[in-house]
Amino acid sequence: MDRNEPLDRVKNRRDSALRALVSGVPYMTWLGVQFDRRGDELTAVLPFDQKLIGNPVLPAIHGGVTAAFLEMTAIVELSWSTMWEDLESGRISPDADVPDSLPRLPKTIDFTIDYLLSGLPRDVYARGRVVRSGRRYASVHVEAWQDNRSKLIAQATAHFLMPRG
Amino acid sequence: MMVGADDAGRDEQARIAQQFIGAIPHARALGMQVEDIGAGKATISMPWAPHLVGDPRRNVIHGGVVSALMDTCCGAAVMAHPERPRSTATIDLRIDYMRAANPGQGITARAECYHITRSVAFLRAVAMDEDGEGPVASATGTFTVER
Repeated sequence: MDRNEPLDRVKNRRDSALRALVSGVPYMTWLGVQFDRRGDELTAVLPFDQKLIGNPVLPAIHGGVTAAFLEMTAIVELSWSTMWEDLESGRISPDADVPDSLPRLPKTIDFTIDYLLSGLPRDVYARGRVVRSGRRYASVHVEAWQDNRSKLIAQATAHFLMPRG
Repeated sequence: MMVGADDAGRDEQARIAQQFIGAIPHARALGMQVEDIGAGKATISMPWAPHLVGDPRRNVIHGGVVSALMDTCCGAAVMAHPERPRSTATIDLRIDYMRAANPGQGITARAECYHITRSVAFLRAVAMDEDGEGPVASATGTFTVER
């Protein structure tokens, strides 16, 4: 770590790596998923859109959208935390325009979601926590909320197969 | 979903279910199509589309899309149960991803409500791609039963 590295270079490196990770997935772009970064802490944001509605009467966000959003949050959090060391040391520099520069994504083995509240027609936020990350397998827990951080609308646990090499 | 009228034929039920699903913006956005429905079972298919891709290097549909399809299909199977719930919501859903779907292929989910109590429905589902060489994913879930 270079204490005197210019701040804009630090931020630029981290933000462009994160952008590369997210923009490489068409479905994530289509849903409109964004990531808010504070140091290495990520918060996924899903801005509300009419196409996310699953129950037009209530109205409520589609449960499948919540599931997809949480699965993406888990994958990005896991990839991000796995590549952090290599990114900071300069061993890799992911670039959205150079597909081969992107790290290979973990593969989902299983995904279990609990629905706790019906999703309001508002933005959704989520954070993932890598509970265990081994050489081959990883376990990630994810939480989603809307207006109140303490009132989760859903939580999920997922297992992943880590990319080889 | 108002499906399962006693005298309605299977085709009629599928037509009503399709109308219901057509009114769900997200189901419409994913192009979901009801293939068969009735007696606590439902089959729903979804075509491949470029915006649903999760891994551009392999052109495979994102796992999250499979979740959305499984969830909708399970919900439809609950609504098609002979006990005719007024409405339903997912309590939990577990999805096992067995293999990547073939590039450029659509997905079909088949769900079955294998047990129902006063307040809870228990479901199993599988998702296949077009080649159908074994499932792409399988799911188990519990759903609320509103009477």
